Amino acid sequence: MNRLLRYTFSERLMHALSAISYVYLLLTGLAFWTPAFYWIATVLGGGYLSRVLHPWIGLVFTIAVCWMLVTWREDMRTTADDRRWRKAMGHYMRNEDALVPPAGRFNFGQKQFFWLMVVSGAALLISGIALWFAASIPRELQVVRYLAVLVHAVAALATIGGIIIHIYMGIAVVPDGLHAILHGDVSERWARHHHALWAAQAPRIRTPDTHADRDA
Amino acid sequence: MPVVTKLIDTSTCIGCKACEVACQEWNDLPPETTVQLGTYQTLPDMSANFWNLIKFREHEENGALQWLMRKDQCMHCADPGCLAACPAPGAIVQYTNGIVDFQQDQCIGCGYCITGCPFDVPKIHTRTKRVYKCTLCVDRVAVGLQPACVKACPTSCLQFGTKDAMLDIATKRVAQLQANGFPNAAVYDPPGVGGTSVVTVLNHGDRPELYGLPRDPSVPLAVRIWKGPLKWMGNLAMLGGVLGVFVHYVRFGRKDLESSAPTDLKNGATKPTEKTENT
Repeated sequence: MNRLLRYTFSERLMHALSAISYVYLLLTGLAFWTPAFYWIATVLGGGYLSRVLHPWIGLVFTIAVCWMLVTWREDMRTTADDRRWRKAMGHYMRNEDALVPPAGRFNFGQKQFFWLMVVSGAALLISGIALWFAASIPRELQVVRYLAVLVHAVAALATIGGIIIHIYMGIAVVPDGLHAILHGDVSERWARHHHALWAAQAPRIRTPDTHADRDA
Repeated sequence: MPVVTKLIDTSTCIGCKACEVACQEWNDLPPETTVQLGTYQTLPDMSANFWNLIKFREHEENGALQWLMRKDQCMHCADPGCLAACPAPGAIVQYTNGIVDFQQDQCIGCGYCITGCPFDVPKIHTRTKRVYKCTLCVDRVAVGLQPACVKACPTSCLQFGTKDAMLDIATKRVAQLQANGFPNAAVYDPPGVGGTSVVTVLNHGDRPELYGLPRDPSVPLAVRIWKGPLKWMGNLAMLGGVLGVFVHYVRFGRKDLESSAPTDLKNGATKPTEKTENT
């Protein structure tokens, strides 16, 4: 069966950039979140280094998210199909895929996750800049520091909730999800199962030899 | 171990700055270039290299000018906001004698203590990016000496001892001041931070803001929420998320291309069918 190009090289690259930077931010962020997780910073080279790198890696993550926003903005728009899909979300979660309306290139859950990361990412960036230069904020604007610690924590928790589901879905629930984001290709059968509306218009890969055995 | 306390009697401070010099000298701090503010104040604010600053203010009342001098430094709160906010274990410690001390070798320079402090005390060093402040001369106190500033004070405006002894002296001094034209004299030992190990006698005890002191300081509510309920709810939510996906996997497992496929695949269609869903 044909292989379809699900993610181009640049899409895989920007996803990898955001994934690696996010994981670093998550781990060091957890270390700063509570002394109970501080050992993570020790493993990653110490609290001082983590404090120095965390904001810079945050900028890398920002670039990756902006890249995604530019690339996927159109694909991530909610459509009428998504509204139907949302109503059948319970079936999707129970793996009763036969009862789930067909999805486009991204299903409604993926779109929700994308916008969660964009909005939370913006909140994390703004509050993060305030935390980065906390010592430079004048005392009269102390309320900025108060807001920054709270917004940064709440937004980070929101992304953690999303990322737990995202990683779990991509690796454990959807077969070949991980393969697709690493190598870019999916089988036509996979595409018609998970993203039927997209499958019809998806670009075909000319040389299917390397993965031909998968669907044999 | 009894809690130790430094008593600052602003009514007998003559603004000589001997305490500033003694602090710099004992703690081996490099000299800071003084700033001419048009007052008897050395610098606009404390810094990472200047932990003891006599804050000077002019105050006019009933046609009489008063010079209000207050020793600005770490207050050594019994309930320190800096410690509540600090993420690095061991970077801020509170000894059983009440002294709150920063351990710069453990400090990661996040500045959360600045957010937690109700008195604007911790200062980040521009080069080392670690925070510094008054140690209450813990290295002197540990061997039975007074803090350097107390030792240098020529008017006994500064005194050092157990908290009980210092409050005793302070209360007597307040009674004297009240009988001598300062009916509102009081001891500044703010209960919102559990009391402090630096207590101050103020002529105008009813208006601490005249001296640049907050009226009713406490650990900021944002820090309390952040390090209290938000932390616990966040930890539970993260744990719940991980457990949730685990339970989901055990209950529903992996999506199967064969058994749970959309209807058109099950019906044996091998080509993408022309769907009519695109309304």
